[in-house]
Amino acid sequence: MTFLFKWEWLPKLASGLLVTVEVTATCVTIGFVLGILLALARVYGRKPLSIPANIFIQFFRGTPLLVQLLLVYYGLPQLGITISAVLSAILALGLNTAAYQAEYFRGAIQSVKKGQMLAARSLGMSLPQSIRYVILPQALRLVIPAWSNELILMLKGSSIVYIVTILDIMGESKRIANKYFNYLDVYVVAALFYLALVLIVSLLLRELERRVRIPGLGLSIERR
Amino acid sequence: MSTPLLKVLDIHKRYGSEEVLRGVSFDVERGETKVFIGPSGTGKSTLLRCVNQLTPPDKGQVFLEGAEVTHHKADINRLRASMGFVFQDFNLFAHLTAMQNVGIGPMTVNGMHKQRAQARALAELERVGLGEKSNAYPAQLSGGQQQRVSIARALAMDPKLILFDEPTSALDPELIGEVLEVMIELAREGMTMLCVTHEMGFARSVANEIIFMEHGVIVEQGPPQQMFTNAKHPRTGEFLRKISELYGETNQ
Repeated sequence: MTFLFKWEWLPKLASGLLVTVEVTATCVTIGFVLGILLALARVYGRKPLSIPANIFIQFFRGTPLLVQLLLVYYGLPQLGITISAVLSAILALGLNTAAYQAEYFRGAIQSVKKGQMLAARSLGMSLPQSIRYVILPQALRLVIPAWSNELILMLKGSSIVYIVTILDIMGESKRIANKYFNYLDVYVVAALFYLALVLIVSLLLRELERRVRIPGLGLSIERR
Repeated sequence: MSTPLLKVLDIHKRYGSEEVLRGVSFDVERGETKVFIGPSGTGKSTLLRCVNQLTPPDKGQVFLEGAEVTHHKADINRLRASMGFVFQDFNLFAHLTAMQNVGIGPMTVNGMHKQRAQARALAELERVGLGEKSNAYPAQLSGGQQQRVSIARALAMDPKLILFDEPTSALDPELIGEVLEVMIELAREGMTMLCVTHEMGFARSVANEIIFMEHGVIVEQGPPQQMFTNAKHPRTGEFLRKISELYGETNQ
């Protein structure tokens, strides 16, 4: 058997790639902002803040992403709330990744040394100032490795949005596959698209990690 | 009689079943250096933290220039800004250079403009002999240098007094001198200082008063000369002899 890739698939797959990148970027950004707020609520918030944050996180981590997506896209209309496919996808994936990111941020915030907060407060900084100028700059550096994982998972996980008719890489490939009755070749190409995206993102994040490294900290054993 | 710079009244603090502080009171006048000594676990560090409310006391009051620090409506951030705190383990901000560490307080708390804060930071670093290290990160500095940066960080806030919590206890013996030199210089310039330290050489040369604490209370207090040669309480004399043997009379 021969590999029957057709160049005419490329424009479709390229537009799918763009959709995948857009959906992922939007969701991860929402998740980043919301995730930090949730983590802060859990670490520094009093009960009226920390309990709802915890419930939110447990719900979105404890139920399948697919169920969340279908609930938003097919479930909400039954309550009279109809939103577009793209908005449903962004909402479901964004809230889902927010829950995961919140836990990564919480871990990072809690691994900043205790004395850092004491020193900030003893200078007269308020709690929000201490968080902004002292805790977060360090926590965000610490979180990069774990956070890279979440970004990669989201890139690939976003492929489920084809279920709600969005033409991302997966959606476009499925269409092409159905049209040409050629599943093997199309899905192999789709897989390669995802792989390329993930590799690029990994490289970028490794570069980011290198650039924001604090000089003198985290000395490793030198290679001989 | 004018109000003392700092008035500490009947401070109590309990951790679980252990009563760490059991009613501690003292006054501090402007320009005075007080040294707190005593066995570990007698609440000296807790007492310092009660003064600037990093640890709120269970009972008792603290007044800074007559303003009640312990009042529940006190603007605690503003009051803390006027009381420097130097930690045993430095606690420099790990992600900031020496200059940024010193400048961040004036910038964020006092709203000082960046350029002015940098100039101020550099001046304070020079004051502690670290002008050439202004762009180094804490992890690139020795313990003694880090502690001097942290003193500069406190000075940049124009504090009315500085609280030193065992500032040399985490240092290699040969780095202690450089930190004590800075502290002695500060005391001579008239900075008001409360120091928990076992450096008796320092206490002898600049302290106006030594306060001996044990089991959460002040056992005895007095000028160094009197405490060293003529302690009224037998425990004081015993402790001072032991500690002088142990720590020697480093730095004069």
